[in-house]
Amino acid sequence: MVFLGGQVLPGNVGRAILGPFADQRAVDTLNHTLGVDRPLLTQYASWIWNFLQGDMGTSYIFRSPVAPFVIDALGNSMKLAAVAFVLVVPIGILGGVIAALNLNRPLDRIISLGGLSVTVLPEFVTGIILILIFGVWLRWLPISAAWPRDAGFFTQLYYLILPSLPLFLVLFGYIARMARSGMIEALDSDYTRTAVLKGLPWRTVIWRHVLRNALLPTITVIATQTGYLIGGLVVIETLFRYQGIGSLIFTAARGKDFPILEAGILTIGIVYAVATLAADFLYSVLNPRIRLGTDQ
Amino acid sequence: MTEKAGNALELSDLSVAYRVAGRNRAVLRNLNLTIGQGEAYGLVGESGCGKSTVALSVVRYLPRNGSITGGAISLDGQDVMKLDGEALRRARAESVSMVYQDPGKALNPSLRIGRQLTEIFELGGIAGQAATDRAIAMLNRVRISDPASVMQRYPHQLSGGMQQRVAIAMALANDPTMLILDEPTTGLDATVEAEVLDLIALLRQELSASILFISHNLAVVSKMCDRVGVLYAGMLVEEGSTQDVFNDPRHPYTVALLRCLPRGGQRKDQGRLDTIPGFLPGIGADIKGCAFADRCALATDRCRSELPPLYDLGGRLSRCHYHEQAQALPRATPSDVAAVAKAKSEPVLHVEGLNKTYASHGHALRAVKDVSVSLRPGETLGLVGESGSGKTTFARLLLGLVPPDEGGSIRLEGKVLAPRLDNRTDDQIKAMQIVFQNPDSALNRSHSIRHLISRALKRLAGLRGAALQARLDELIRSVRLTDRHLAVKPRQLSGGLKQRVAIARAFAGEPRIVVCDEPTSALDVSVQAAILNLLADLQSKEDVSYIFISHDLGVVRYLSDQIAVLYLGRIMELGPSEAVFSGPHHPYTEALLSAVPKLDQTETSRIRLDGEIPSATHPPPGCVFQTRCPRKIGAICETQEPPLAEAEPGHSIRCHIPYAELARLQKPAMQAEPA
Repeated sequence: MVFLGGQVLPGNVGRAILGPFADQRAVDTLNHTLGVDRPLLTQYASWIWNFLQGDMGTSYIFRSPVAPFVIDALGNSMKLAAVAFVLVVPIGILGGVIAALNLNRPLDRIISLGGLSVTVLPEFVTGIILILIFGVWLRWLPISAAWPRDAGFFTQLYYLILPSLPLFLVLFGYIARMARSGMIEALDSDYTRTAVLKGLPWRTVIWRHVLRNALLPTITVIATQTGYLIGGLVVIETLFRYQGIGSLIFTAARGKDFPILEAGILTIGIVYAVATLAADFLYSVLNPRIRLGTDQ
Repeated sequence: MTEKAGNALELSDLSVAYRVAGRNRAVLRNLNLTIGQGEAYGLVGESGCGKSTVALSVVRYLPRNGSITGGAISLDGQDVMKLDGEALRRARAESVSMVYQDPGKALNPSLRIGRQLTEIFELGGIAGQAATDRAIAMLNRVRISDPASVMQRYPHQLSGGMQQRVAIAMALANDPTMLILDEPTTGLDATVEAEVLDLIALLRQELSASILFISHNLAVVSKMCDRVGVLYAGMLVEEGSTQDVFNDPRHPYTVALLRCLPRGGQRKDQGRLDTIPGFLPGIGADIKGCAFADRCALATDRCRSELPPLYDLGGRLSRCHYHEQAQALPRATPSDVAAVAKAKSEPVLHVEGLNKTYASHGHALRAVKDVSVSLRPGETLGLVGESGSGKTTFARLLLGLVPPDEGGSIRLEGKVLAPRLDNRTDDQIKAMQIVFQNPDSALNRSHSIRHLISRALKRLAGLRGAALQARLDELIRSVRLTDRHLAVKPRQLSGGLKQRVAIARAFAGEPRIVVCDEPTSALDVSVQAAILNLLADLQSKEDVSYIFISHDLGVVRYLSDQIAVLYLGRIMELGPSEAVFSGPHHPYTEALLSAVPKLDQTETSRIRLDGEIPSATHPPPGCVFQTRCPRKIGAICETQEPPLAEAEPGHSIRCHIPYAELARLQKPAMQAEPA
């Protein structure tokens, strides 16, 4: 899709690179060197084939292979995503579980309403507010995510906290909500009643009987959001001037650097697919009904 | 725990309310009930009368909005309501256990059976191998074969009957003094139900537990319990020994409930079932006099103003001012039916050699094998058999929802029907309609009843405007709904009313055949009686034929002219209803019939079926029933599949035992059976 969009949309590649005043013959020669004058299907086939072998093509602007750009950027994005992920998953689940255990009490209302309100705010709004509060006003955290060269793990982490917070806020609501509804369903279930009526202590009931069944649907949500964490970073990375895959794609799109754009988006697609696959796998490990099939 | 001689359970003036829309609504009203040590007490009544609330109050597990508003519960001498968290936990662990409906949900789906059992022993300080041994012993006790392998399985890998055995094992693990069984066999097959009931009866002799047995099924309670209490609108209306209450009821409600059941082989052409008019008072309703007065034909002004006390009638109680006249309760529905002279006409449906094979993990699963039946206009074909016998698949084949294998044929009024619904003509589609078990899921929740029925009229009958309106009026009258019901959404209607809507919808296109797939299984007996009457009336009026699927043999018998008994997709017996029920019959039919608990406690020697229905992917060689057949005669059963041979005109049996021999073998049982 992206490949089609990139290659078919009006805009001659050679013309775009060489500028409006270049000689038509030079443009044609460049187009030929880049291979963009070949039939579309041939181009697509050779692009995919090369991509699978690790050759993501050559950037139009930088005149160098795309792969290092994409891989670096992906690495950076993953760092950011990992920080956000590590923050949001446990806290989101905990929030949902606490809300469900205090159903319809004030604590539940605070978590549910608060989670929902921050989720509906777009990340550029929360991002700017957070920058203003923590970066400008309190001066606790750096406002740019670009850490100094040779920064160690903790320094990098320190620089990543602020950018990951808007992501945290967006995802917290989703995850807490899923965890909450999963918990409510599991708490109301007959097997929880069985466990309570066995005379098991409340903690055992929750840990052994409720949590595992309650959190299964949440895992699916988390996995689909992992794709977002890697791919939906354009705004955040631009805002914090962070060299991730989101800002790479953004820059490439602005410069009509199609090889980088296409490689970046395909990479995100792959990450998304892998994350979903991993989630399905995890789900089936945790759910014996899927793992073992139905005998009856 | 202190052992006190006395009652196992005592409820005194127990009142429970549910908080709905900011108001406490009474569900149980000053309920007094005692269960002695080792006694089995049955609690019966329609849904919504508060049976389960009693159970949940005893274990203090009421829903969030429920609260005990008065009275006391004494369990083995302890006041349950005064227990603090830890003491309550100990009481649940040691003295009271509960088993409820739907064992598939009662077991934790993601823990192995073993784990779910051993954790009970761990509570008592027995861990590791000792706990495992105890768990295996417990599974042995509930007659589970190969307990060690069952321990390793997850609940979904067990059949419904096995799951319920496991649930019973869990409940009995700590040798409780009080066992509460809340509809423990509802939703199980008749043969499985019989097995589970046998097990409970057996365990009662081995263990000391007292039992509170809650069920809407009067026959089951009559089989299991010493004493029985009838609950109505949260009040006990009658109590006494099972024998007395069921054979000589003294409250009009009990009388009416018993009359709703098709008994003693009653059939549709012999009379309509009695019904109970009106509805149970809603929860929290303000009841001045007798709660049943509005539905009682005997009620006088006194009944409406003065709450009857529980009159003591010498060892039994009745909450009726006129208890001595209770049995004179006039019928709510006249019994008489217009005799219809049936002309011998051509079959409306003729099925020849129908097969359906599914591919299941590389094996052929023969869900329906070589089924041939025919059905005359205005007649009912009852399909009988355990789950997995192919009843529903057969219905789906007829309706064209799944295509049958090549070769067989379905003829509707002489014309061959296309295997798939898509290739059938509109006329053929509207000629065959279905009514499902659960009207809740069959009706679109977001549409009004008017919309639901009008749509069917537009689609099936092609009606518009005034013609549609006229037919709509006629249709809702014939299913006994009123204009008032048209504006509402399905969720505002009771289960019985919803089923009427579903029936109206099926009849919209003036069908020739209606498939009724367990249409009354989810309904209370009084509502069931009304729906059965309705189906019978519609049949005699419109000359429509039914394919009637039900696990309730009494219900099938009431409505059916022909019966087909299915086992592993094959017809084992086919014949006129009377011949199939009165016998001589196929050994499988015989076993099915003997599994049905009877109200009058004339327990004939029950024929037990061992094991479970074999997998349809690997049916046994020879006669498919030979692995469980109590009358197996020898090697021939294991090697040759018997043909479906005509035993007497119109009555065929698939068995190697000759008809005369079957008659001789089954003679004593047939004589014991009430006419």
